[in-house]
Amino acid sequence: MDFATVLQVFDSTVRLATPLLLACLAGLYSERAGIFDIGLEGKMLAAAFFSGAVAAVTGSVWLGLLAGIAASMALSGIHGLASITFRGNQLISGVAINFLAAGLTVVIAQDWFQQGGRTPSLVGGARFSPIELPFAEAVKDVPIIGQTYYQLISGHTALVYIAFAMVPLTWWLLFRTRFGLRLRAVGENPAAVDTAGVSVIGIRYAAVAICGLLCGIAGAYLATALQAGFVKDMTAGRGYIALAALIFAKWRPWYALSSTLLFGFLQAIALRYQNIDLGGFVVPVQFMDALPYILTVVILAGFVGKAIPPRAGGEPYAKER
Amino acid sequence: MERMPKWADVVLIPLISLLIAFILSGLVIIAIGEDPVAAVQMMVKGAVGSTYGWGYTLYYATNFMFTGLAVAVAFHASMFNIGGEGQATLGGLGVAVVCLALPWPHWAIALPVAVLGSALFGALWAAIPAYLQAKRGSHIVITTIMFNFIGASLLNYLLVNVMRPVGSMDPATAKFSEGTHLPTLHDILAVFGIPFSKAAPANISFIIAVLACFGVWLLIWRTRLGYELRAYGKSEPGAVYAGISPVKIIMVSMLISGGLAGMMAVNNVMGEAERLVMNSVEGAGFIGIAVALMGRSHPFGVFLAAILFGFLYQGGAELALWTSIPRELIVVIQALVILFTGALDNMVRVPLEKLFLTLRKEDV
Repeated sequence: MDFATVLQVFDSTVRLATPLLLACLAGLYSERAGIFDIGLEGKMLAAAFFSGAVAAVTGSVWLGLLAGIAASMALSGIHGLASITFRGNQLISGVAINFLAAGLTVVIAQDWFQQGGRTPSLVGGARFSPIELPFAEAVKDVPIIGQTYYQLISGHTALVYIAFAMVPLTWWLLFRTRFGLRLRAVGENPAAVDTAGVSVIGIRYAAVAICGLLCGIAGAYLATALQAGFVKDMTAGRGYIALAALIFAKWRPWYALSSTLLFGFLQAIALRYQNIDLGGFVVPVQFMDALPYILTVVILAGFVGKAIPPRAGGEPYAKER
Repeated sequence: MERMPKWADVVLIPLISLLIAFILSGLVIIAIGEDPVAAVQMMVKGAVGSTYGWGYTLYYATNFMFTGLAVAVAFHASMFNIGGEGQATLGGLGVAVVCLALPWPHWAIALPVAVLGSALFGALWAAIPAYLQAKRGSHIVITTIMFNFIGASLLNYLLVNVMRPVGSMDPATAKFSEGTHLPTLHDILAVFGIPFSKAAPANISFIIAVLACFGVWLLIWRTRLGYELRAYGKSEPGAVYAGISPVKIIMVSMLISGGLAGMMAVNNVMGEAERLVMNSVEGAGFIGIAVALMGRSHPFGVFLAAILFGFLYQGGAELALWTSIPRELIVVIQALVILFTGALDNMVRVPLEKLFLTLRKEDV
């Protein structure tokens, strides 16, 4: 394997890790605030459809992005209503949201575009185009460093850079601001936050809204940057992989970056090589597909470092009367 | 004092939730420019208007009964088994292994072994998440989701690389032999001289599913194990104080749950496809969640809810065939049912409780 191939694999790792990273950080805000969210998949799917649809109709990818975020946040609102206001089961609400998105996107797509549950292909300004970083063209031929800069770091869409910038931002917000402290406290011990006179409900809704925002960007990335348009079920389990990555990352932002890059790398490898021959022993492509899930189960089992979720996760908060 | 009468809890709340879900679905139909009344008429005609329609409705209902019971049993022990999809996939593998292993002389001999095989494989697939929950505290919801994906990959691998007959491009097993073909409702009812559509896939598994409903009722409300299961589900510290082992209850409830989900394969793999194909479960594992919620985790409720969803599935297929309403509308209805009967339960319950309290005060 030469250096160019390695760069190509890493390049596609970055592309594939981006939606995982955004969704993983989305889940991080929600779950750190004590709201389990297995509806990441559905929110991404809804965002992918509405961003693709609006971008196709208006020709503007930014309007598409806004529509995607709005759709995702609307589903977040339902999740908040069910799990915060009505104190329902957060897992069941997540399952319902996934199905709602899977069904509605196809029903609406068929009604609007009559193309078998997809949007028209996006061209020109209806898609995010790659951004050439400064000097990328100039240093293109410098061995190793220049090539890496040109191939791997430059030439991604705006959403990729936004996603990576979200990692330090999330870390700063959660661990260096008052809002972050309260958000984490709400996920560990909501009663204490309530006693301090801070609204548990308010903080939890804020966390769920941020989760919707990030899932919206992730979904828009799928339909308007990674691919050119929406197709049925295009998230293809990415929401669940992001959930796995979140557990793998033990609910921490920097770990989330490394775990989503790892899972993105696995996807890139599985995409490029079908079956990998390791000197007589062939690793089947299906094993590569299943590896993120297997790794997560191993982590969850606590054989390799224990993943401890936020203590009040999944429990609705009822104020004492 | 009870906040409201039992009938309101068991019948009224699910019905109101269902009504809200249906009204919203009707709005979706209006929004895409179709007539909801005509749609309902077409669904009724397509799903229960002929023995052919009934044959499909009951076929789907059989699948949902098994997966619904699976979720319901786990619910009683306060476990959320979201892995019915994977367990049913593996159950299909069990059925295929049984059917392809021997030249079965008659279905009556093959059927019990296939039921055992499917239950065993399904239970096995639930066993690992159950063990991890019981012994290591790994959250059962997350592990069973992961096992759905791992199961799909495993089956994909086996069908492509191991079980595919030589020379076939199709990732599926060989056709099962003649001796494993289950009698359809057409064959069974013909014995009694009742005419029934020959083309519809409903088969003897429907009777097994009804027996399973009864069996689960016996287990939950008429055995010591069922009592322990419910006790654990209501309060873990209480159950531990009463000498009930959490590890045992988690393992047993999940094994039964996985076994029931796996048994679905007798219907779809052995009874209908007569070979194992990729993605044979087609989401029935997830519909089990809606069915169990709708049926309030009671076997009779599960039975009714499964028939309802069978009706929706077959009716939805008819709609997709004759109108511009896509099949995915059923997924929307399913989502709304899960949302209103499951997650937004309190939205319906709390106002109703208040209503009953005021009514009672007026009585006094």
